[in-house]
This record gives sequence, structure tokens and C-alpha cells, in this order.
Amino acid sequence: MIQVQARTEPSTLMTFASPFLAIVLTLIFGSLLFTALDKDPLQALHVLLILPLSDAYNISEMLVKMGPLLLCAVGLALCYRANMWNIGAEGQLLAGALGGSTVALMFVDSNSAFAMPLTLLGGIVSGMAWAGIATLLKVKFNSNLILTTIMLNYIALYLLIWAVHGPLRDPEGFGFPESALFSDATLLPVLSDSGRVHLGVVFAIVLALFAWFLLAKTHLGFKIRVYGADEPAAIYAGYNAKAISWFVMLFAGALAGLAGVSEVAGPIGQLTPNISPGYGYSAIIVAYLGRLHPAGAIVAAIFLAILYMGGDLAQIEMGIPIAVVGMFQGILLFFLLACDFFIRYRIVPLREKMA
Amino acid sequence: MDIDLITQVLFAAIKTGTPLLFIALGEAICEKTGVLNLGQEGMMLMGAVVGFMAAYGTGNAGFGLLGAMIIGMVMSLIFGFLVLHLGANQVATGLALTIFGTGLSAFIGSGVVGQTITGFQPLSIPVLSDIPVLGKVLFSHDVMVYIAVFLAIIIAFVANKTRLGLTIKAVGENPNAANAIGIKVLRVRYLAVMFGGAMAGLGGAYMSLVYTPMWVENMTAGRGWIALALVVFASWRIGNIVLGAYLFGLASIMHLVLQGMGWSISPNLLAMLPYVATIIVMVIISADKYKEKLLAPRSLGKPFDPRQMA
Repeated sequence: MIQVQARTEPSTLMTFASPFLAIVLTLIFGSLLFTALDKDPLQALHVLLILPLSDAYNISEMLVKMGPLLLCAVGLALCYRANMWNIGAEGQLLAGALGGSTVALMFVDSNSAFAMPLTLLGGIVSGMAWAGIATLLKVKFNSNLILTTIMLNYIALYLLIWAVHGPLRDPEGFGFPESALFSDATLLPVLSDSGRVHLGVVFAIVLALFAWFLLAKTHLGFKIRVYGADEPAAIYAGYNAKAISWFVMLFAGALAGLAGVSEVAGPIGQLTPNISPGYGYSAIIVAYLGRLHPAGAIVAAIFLAILYMGGDLAQIEMGIPIAVVGMFQGILLFFLLACDFFIRYRIVPLREKMA
Repeated sequence: MDIDLITQVLFAAIKTGTPLLFIALGEAICEKTGVLNLGQEGMMLMGAVVGFMAAYGTGNAGFGLLGAMIIGMVMSLIFGFLVLHLGANQVATGLALTIFGTGLSAFIGSGVVGQTITGFQPLSIPVLSDIPVLGKVLFSHDVMVYIAVFLAIIIAFVANKTRLGLTIKAVGENPNAANAIGIKVLRVRYLAVMFGGAMAGLGGAYMSLVYTPMWVENMTAGRGWIALALVVFASWRIGNIVLGAYLFGLASIMHLVLQGMGWSISPNLLAMLPYVATIIVMVIISADKYKEKLLAPRSLGKPFDPRQMA
């Protein structure tokens, strides 16, 4: 027989193996589900996972989805490491898109060299401001960060919908809730011949590497890690808890804001009501799947981007509802949390009790 | 503002507050045992879609309620197994439950989008409903409004006046001590989590069987989260939760009042009101750090592992 035993220290092997184990279990679960739905499971897995990587165009579309996921996830990873439960990447992304669009619409008839940098800056600052509200309420008024960030997500969404119906609506757009198209000078340059990979994707990867460096090699990164691992020790060491909270939140807000503005000034090219299929929420899963590490987040963001892309393709090719993507994301996080049990525990043969 | 409008507004406030009341009552019991389940929104959406499908399929709204409660409990058991048996982080697991429930409900509900059912009709309580104003506001609701109030009374009684209530409190305040005197901590927490699931299911079913009545993706629009905030405002007290739920119901329909008074504000801006109100109340209530620490169940969010007790 077997029994469960606590490990003396967390298993490094399981820490790395757990995400892969969780992905395999999710795929097995998915196959069973597709079989139950009378869809060929092998074809479904092929469409979900292989087809998104099958040609240059699909790979480029996958990278376009990876960009915002990665930007949001890297910020969240830092927040979670510092025990700041920021669920607000979605709202910060929308705020970034809205703020960036406001700037971009000042350059509709211009080809100024400042158009693109100022638009990006507008998005970054808006994302930071949105994250700053929640941080201020947390640091000053002790408000529950999870709940304020969630509420701010809804508020950002309605603010964006209001803006595209009102002040930012294209006056020549026949009443559609969309802004005018941004000028070419505002748009992020496209990097490939086939597809829409844009400069924002490069920003995402560079910033993930920067965050890795920050966390691993700088004093600030060390403080964040200590603060997350052992808060009393960090306070005893004299670390400024508020400064750490502010830093990780504003950093996450800046990245999510950049993700938002890169969407409107990138593949979309204007402000519309539905610019995010929930990237900010999926980024929570990316952050966890990547073990709250910026490098891990790159791998995890690619996987989730494949899943997003595969979901689109599965809807077109096999008539599988797109909602299956959201469901798989939840199941993936469930399996990950379950597999993480074995980081702290192991299964050993039951020893015979002495008579 | 004329008396008819006031009557309409208060009537609608109670109706709008009812789903919040169901969820907040369930979550309050769950949190009193020390378990924070952030999956309310996911369980609620599953309750809404399964309740709707059961009522649509059988033509009987009662089966809808039953189905919603069962799916809520099943969902909560996934959460319970992960956090209670495997000691998973409660915040992350609750978020996973919400993401999963949002996706799954959209997935299974795609076939019934746009269908309609009769749901529960309002009952006019004889005599009482004839009282001017109050009769309409309090005594002309559908049966679920009364069920919610009835449950609140029962729960308040159980939590404050019975041995079970003390057991719940002991588990939430000090699970090690509760374990030492022979209380099965994990069993109590499992039951509380399942109770929370059933109540979230009912809250969802109220949305799809009575409030709309139909199924639309994501139709709960953050009510599960507002209910979580409500539990904190109410300082885990049942009476405060009832009051808070109806006040939030009122905040959620303030746009109707403002429109009725001739204000011309964009409906999209007014739609922010419940969320803004939630933040404002949260800031006011939680500004006193020590009070909140005093009132929150002491073991809230912390895992209890009987394996390490031996």
C-alpha cells in the first residue's frame, strides 16, 4: 500500500515538471471530452495544438496573441511574488488601450514621428494610473486588492464602451461604436511579410527578459523575492513594504497598459469595444504556469497563445464553440494546482506497523 | 419623485439584491469556517445555465432550482478537493473555478441562448399585498425572494444560537484547537464549501429563471464578486448581509431612478455605479485596519493539514 508523506523540502524537479504534467492531463481530459461530444479527439488536438504552428501566417498570428498575454503575465508574476493579488491586468490593459487611443486620435491626420511613441506612452501611463488607483486604496485604506482590481476591470470596460459610443466615436463612422482608424504614423511597424507580427511582440519578449534580470540580479528583485517568501523577515530587515507594493503594481500596470495600446495601435488599428478576449484573466494562468518566473512566462504565454489560436481554428474547422478555450484554461489551472501538491508531498510505500 | 416611482424602485431593489443575498449568505458560512472561495462568479454562472437548461428541458422551474444547487455543489467540490485535500492556494483555486465556470457555462449554454421560459411568477400575498406602497414593495415578489429571506433567518439562527454555529466558528477561528477537541475540521469545511456552492447555484438560477429570465453568456456581470465584497462589508454578520444586499440592489438600479428623474447620462457610465459603489464602501469599511482584523475569521484563507497534526 502507499501513503502520503510531507517532503522535508520542496521538490525542485516537481516545480518544473508540474506545468508539463498539468498540460498533459488537460489534453487527456480534452480528448475524453471531445470523444464524448462525438468529435474525433485526434483531429481536435491536431487543430488545437499543431495547426496554429503549421505555417508562417499561423505562427505569426499566434505570436500576435502571445504579446499581450506575456506582457500582462510578467507584471502579474512580479505582483504575486510580492504577495500583491492583482487580478486587474484586464482593466489595466483596457485602460491602456483607451488612454493610448485618446492620444492616437490626436494624430489621425498627421505623420509626425512623435505619434507612435506618444501613443505608447499614453497607454503605459494609463495602465499605470489604473493600477495606481488599486494600489493607493490598498496601501492607504487597506482595501482588499483582489476585489478592487476586479471592480476596476468592470469599470474600465464600461469606460471604454462609453468612450467608443461617445467622445472617441468616429464622426464619419455611420454611428458604429468604433473610433476613427489611426494614422499609419501611429501604428506599430509590422515585422513580417506574411502575418501581423508587430513591434509590440518584441517589446513583450524584451520586457520579459528585463524582468528576469531585475528579479534575479538586482537588489530590488532580491527584496521582492524576500518580501514574497517571508514577509515578517522582510519587514524585520527594514524593507519598505509600501515601496515594494507600489513598484510591482506600477510595473504590472505599465506592462498591461502597453499590452492594451499595442493591440489598438497594432493588429486592430482603431479603438473598438471588444479589444481583449480576456487576455488579462488568461495572464493569471500564464503567470502560474510559468512558475511566477518571467522566463517561464514566455513558454507559458506561447502555450496559451497556441490554445487561443487553436480555439479559433477549432471553431472554423470543426464547429467547436470558442468557449472551450476558457474552459480548458480553467481545467489547466486546476490540474496545475493539483500537481503542485507533489512539490510539497510525496507518495511512499506504507511501512508495516511494528507489532 | 412621485410615490409610484419610489415604489417601483424599492421593489426592483429587493429583486436585484436577492441573487447577491443568496451568494453572500453561502460565502459567509464558507468564510466563517476559514475558507475563502473566490469562485462564486463561476459557480453562479454554472447555476444560471444549468438551472435554465433544467427548467427549459422539463418545463418546471423547480427542477431548475434543484439542478442549479446540484451543479453549484459539484463545482464547489472541485474547489474543496484542491484546497482542503491538496492544500492548494485558495486565491488561485478560486480564480481557476471562476475561469472554468465562465468557460464551461458558455460552452454548454450555447444551445439555449435566446430561448425563453416562464420562470417564477410573482405571488401576491393576500391581504398584506394590498397595503399601499409596502404591499407592492415587500409582499408582491416571486417565491425566491421569500426563500432568500427565510434562509437568512435560518442561517442567522444556526450561526448564532446553535452548537453547529459554534462548531463553524471554532473551525474558522482556530482549526488546531477545534481539531484537538475532536471536531473534524476538514469535514466541516467541506460541508461549508458545498453549502456555499449550492447557494451560489441558487443565486445564478435567480438570474436566469426570474430576473431576466433567459440565458446569456456572462450574464451575472460580476455579481459573484460584488457578493464577496458584501461579505467583507457586512463584517460576516448575517443581518448586515441582508441589509447590504438590498442596498446594493438599490445601487445597481440607480440608473433607472436617475433616468426617471430626467437626468441624461450615458447608460454605459451609469452601468459602472454598482462597481464604483463597491469600491467606495470597501474603502470606508476597511480603512480601520484593526477592526477588520478583529472581525475576520482568524484562519481565513489559511490551509489546515491534519497530516501535520499527528
